[in-house]
Amino acid sequence: MSDIKFTVNVDEYLSLNKYEVDESNAHIELKGGAEACDPAEFDKLIRVCPAALYKRDEEGKQSFDYAGCLECGTCRIACGDTIVEKWENPQPMMGVEYRFG
Amino acid sequence: MADFDAIVVGSGCAGSVAAYELARAGKSVLVVERGNFAGAKNMTGGRIYGHCLRAVFPDNFDEIPFERKVSHERISLMAPDSNFTIDFASDALLEDGKESYTVLRGPFDQWLAEQAENAGAEYIYGIAVEKLVKDESGKVVGIFAGEDEITADVVVLCDGANSLLVEQAVGAKRPSASQMAVGIKQVYELPAEEIEKRFQCNPGEGTAWLFAGDATHGTFGGGIIYTNKDSISLGIVAGIEATMNHGKTTVYQMLEDLKNRPEVAPVLKGAKLVEHSGHMVPEGGITTMPDLIADGVMIAGDNATMCINLGYTVRGMDYAVAAGQMAGIAAAEALDAGDTSKAGLQRYVDALEESFVMKDLRQFKNVPAFMENFDRMFEGYPEMVRDMMNTMFVVDGSPVQPMKKSMMPIVKKLGVMNLLKDVRGAMKAL
Repeated sequence: MSDIKFTVNVDEYLSLNKYEVDESNAHIELKGGAEACDPAEFDKLIRVCPAALYKRDEEGKQSFDYAGCLECGTCRIACGDTIVEKWENPQPMMGVEYRFG
Repeated sequence: MADFDAIVVGSGCAGSVAAYELARAGKSVLVVERGNFAGAKNMTGGRIYGHCLRAVFPDNFDEIPFERKVSHERISLMAPDSNFTIDFASDALLEDGKESYTVLRGPFDQWLAEQAENAGAEYIYGIAVEKLVKDESGKVVGIFAGEDEITADVVVLCDGANSLLVEQAVGAKRPSASQMAVGIKQVYELPAEEIEKRFQCNPGEGTAWLFAGDATHGTFGGGIIYTNKDSISLGIVAGIEATMNHGKTTVYQMLEDLKNRPEVAPVLKGAKLVEHSGHMVPEGGITTMPDLIADGVMIAGDNATMCINLGYTVRGMDYAVAAGQMAGIAAAEALDAGDTSKAGLQRYVDALEESFVMKDLRQFKNVPAFMENFDRMFEGYPEMVRDMMNTMFVVDGSPVQPMKKSMMPIVKKLGVMNLLKDVRGAMKAL
């Protein structure tokens, strides 16, 4: 497990976006859940996800929340053969809605 | 009898234009767009070259909601503690047919969709197509939209960089991480006059600005700034494979660091962040292009990796518009001929091959591999240029050395052979 250094809080930025979050259906799922994922693979997603949805806290606990997803598909390309088990588009009318793009 | 002559999946640059051409040819067309409006799921840096849109919309080109006409091309070589920028302006950049415009995909894609709708195309918004309908021979004969099966004689897939349908349509494998880049962007609002002042532009004109080097802290990728009408787009495009395996930090930290650079912070001062977005960019070029046709189905735009990154310029949207136009025209002709089999759709591939789209992509076929292995561009050259410029511009009162004596050690640090090798490699690839 490497220590990837960053200081920025992306959640604040995401709060400016418009979302329709589908509480009942996760459109991305990780094999065995975030906590159980291979740390080396999880690190890859920490580096490339533009929404910073893949997190590791100070105790080293891994977490993932699809709610702020920008639907770019980068995690599917990075780890589609390893820890990203499911990647679907959100259900009808759901997900991010860019006003500028 | 099928429900529609044609179904277009996705209402971006390629999809709307394909639907527009099909509708204009009198065909019944359904466009299925997963966003609640066209552009809702799309993002660009970005800029589009005008020539392709002049070819599709000769009569109403002036109505297109462009942001600014690009009058300044800037390229920066960024080292951690220096930045070398070239700023190029030229009358030729502003001539009709040679010019380019910054765009925001929200307003831009909605305008394109409006043209298709006005021409007679029908639209369903808010539903992602998850599956194609095939007959027993394997020919694509429609789509599943939610619960509904909708059929058509031909399906045109324009579902973008993160296509989940190309694999079903033509059996292409999911692109690898080395073939794709991730783009991350923030839009900052700023009054138009302020943008013109800060970027030294005339009203309505703007800047396209690319950064190589420390923008990504040394790994494959770069930074971007594009000026919009009353906002500035700031972003990072980073190779996924390079970043996930070798990145010194995260893509969002790269963006944050770029924002705080002394060259960038002043142009954003006081501007209000209004959106944070992400999107993928196909970087593989022609070597990763899937088959463009199969029985009953055609592919156009980012999903077919119709994109090139030359380092100094990035293109994709003009290829998508042109490919969408050719796909729409070819689909209409195939429908007229009563043959939408792979053989009947071959005219699309033939038209593309004859056009700048495939000619450009073939010309630059070696660029993606060259760029990906061009590590010195991201760490090495920015520092070399810094040291040379420091030699020229920094004056501390000590006796000056002859230029030859002060410059050669700087070049030698990087290696003369490496320099020659890279120049040769660039010449060959470009």
